Amino acid sequence: MAIVAQSSKVSRYGRPVLAWGVGLLFFFPIFWMVLTSFKTDADAVKPEHLIFFTPTLENYLNMTENYDYWRFARNSVITAVSATIFTLFVSIPAAYAMAFNPSRHTKDVLMWMLSTKMLPAAAVLYPMIFLAKGIGLYDTHILVITVLSLINLPIAVWMLFTYFKEIPKDIIEAGKMDGVNTWGEIKEILIPLAWGGIASTALLVFIFCWNEAYWTVRLTTIDAATLSKLIEGNRAPEGLFFGRLSAVSTAAVGPIVVLGWFCQKQLVQGLTFGAVK
Amino acid sequence: MGRIVLDQVSKSFGDVEVIPPLNLTIEDGEFAVFVGPSGCGKSTLLRMIAGLEELTSGSIAIDDQDVTAVPPSKRGLAMVFQSYALYPHMTVRKNIGFPLRMEKMPQAEIDKRVEAAALSLNLTDYLDRKPGQLSGGQRQRVAIGRAIVRDPSAFLFDEPLSNLDAALRVGMRLEISEMHERMKTTMIYVTHDQVEAMTMANKIVVLQAGVIEQIGSPLDLYHKPQNVFVAGFIGSPKMNIFSGPEAEKFGAHTIGIRPEHTDVSMTSGTWIGRVGVAEHLGSDTFIHVHDTGLAGMITVRITGDVSVKHGDTIYLTPQAEQIHKFDAAGMRIE
Ligand SMILES: Nc1ncnc2c1ncn2[C@@H]1O[C@H](COP(=O)(O)OP(=O)(O)O)[C@@H](O)[C@H]1O
Ligand SMILES: [Mg+2]
Repeated sequence: MAIVAQSSKVSRYGRPVLAWGVGLLFFFPIFWMVLTSFKTDADAVKPEHLIFFTPTLENYLNMTENYDYWRFARNSVITAVSATIFTLFVSIPAAYAMAFNPSRHTKDVLMWMLSTKMLPAAAVLYPMIFLAKGIGLYDTHILVITVLSLINLPIAVWMLFTYFKEIPKDIIEAGKMDGVNTWGEIKEILIPLAWGGIASTALLVFIFCWNEAYWTVRLTTIDAATLSKLIEGNRAPEGLFFGRLSAVSTAAVGPIVVLGWFCQKQLVQGLTFGAVK
Repeated sequence: MGRIVLDQVSKSFGDVEVIPPLNLTIEDGEFAVFVGPSGCGKSTLLRMIAGLEELTSGSIAIDDQDVTAVPPSKRGLAMVFQSYALYPHMTVRKNIGFPLRMEKMPQAEIDKRVEAAALSLNLTDYLDRKPGQLSGGQRQRVAIGRAIVRDPSAFLFDEPLSNLDAALRVGMRLEISEMHERMKTTMIYVTHDQVEAMTMANKIVVLQAGVIEQIGSPLDLYHKPQNVFVAGFIGSPKMNIFSGPEAEKFGAHTIGIRPEHTDVSMTSGTWIGRVGVAEHLGSDTFIHVHDTGLAGMITVRITGDVSVKHGDTIYLTPQAEQIHKFDAAGMRIE
């Protein structure tokens, strides 16, 4: 009895405390960033102004005036949205085929796709840059969209495969008997039934595309530069322009944080691969 | 029309041959039942006819058209699955109308047919519900409705009643039989339950380990089982089958006698034994008799109620003309 009472006490208070602790630990850098974005560059590096300072909007005003924030934002939207759509367009049929018409090698193909994520990106950096420049796609939307899609395809196929696996095979077969062709199976049966999973996948891919920095920074200069590039461009030697950098960063991650907040449920479902119903 | 011919059809999964090459013809309008123990390949055979499973070898023809390479959606067959396999995101109306919509039939005609099917299946009040809001029996009706709306050349049923409770099962069995009488469309029905097979079929195909043991009408199988397997599989309670000196007296390696073809007496008879359990059903009594020296247990079926009790000595006399004789290979001897 005593042990039960004790353990329930621990789980009653201990777990929320732990959860809040971890949450705050993760949240602190973002909080600090948002806070700093309202400080002048001078205040930003002074310890005495860590918490108490005179807030200013100067950093944000400068940003839209001097750096054309909206152009970077537009590029981010164009590339992330297009890459998400393209990724789904390829991964839905791929995952469908693997879930409902598996061959002996399906598991191997899935593992191989995942293994591409283990390759260090730096290993293909120079080939990619030479290739991009060679075919004249350097700093174009097409290139960024292609690269973002390629990066996210493995995870999208994996996620969708797991969701599709949960749909009873009989239902798809009933569709075949009812005269549906392959495209009809996807459109009439698969997509409506796996809608939640597809939405989770789309959301996650979109977030990954939006946040991607390694490639977008290196494969663009101006025309196709995204918000990641804007942040990178505002990076300066130790201690300079911290306020400005924070404002740019806040404006870059802001949309995605808001999106994530509104879609929490879908996201949790997506990240746990549907384990949480 | 719906005449289905299987020619040297076989199926292997990897290295495992679940169906060795077999030939089978199902005539137009027939009600054929594939029956056999679970795992014998009934579903696999049905799914090959449907086109859901590829053939390892052989060919299938429907109305003299070779459909071996034709996808399921183009074979003109309708299937009812054990799991019902309804579309959970569509209402009953949409479910039943789905195959028609796929045929691009005008909406007015779809509505008319769906209403008619719903009426004949007592589903009119449920047309706007989703499958999740229906009972098992109603879902089964929807699955049948979805199959009948489009006049297929044959219906395929894979154990459609095995998820229903016993009372519903008997009712649906009758409804499906009536449906067949009315429509006269070819039906192929898979079950492991020999009672379903006996009550519904014109033609029973008994399968064991992917091999056809016998094809015939219910009464053919009952009166003239071709081998020991069919003899033991068809009939309830099971036929008493035994080998040994008593069988040799009848000039056979093995003999079989059905429970209903054995007379009992408390005073004299061919065989003597001791009553184990007596099951009183009112209309019939099943007596399980031990210590006969023939087989572990002999079951006899007496019409009406008889008062015997555990431990009584009982005499059994087989009706000579009802004894089934089999040779050492288990095949019937006439
Ligand atoms: N997709 C499959 N892969 C491998 N083996 C299978 C597959 N489907 C069925 N089998 C095997 O084939 C045999 C026949 O199965 P099935 O046709 O479902 O039997 P039944 O319907 O008579 O119970 C079984 O031994 C089963 O394990
Ligand atoms: Mg089966």
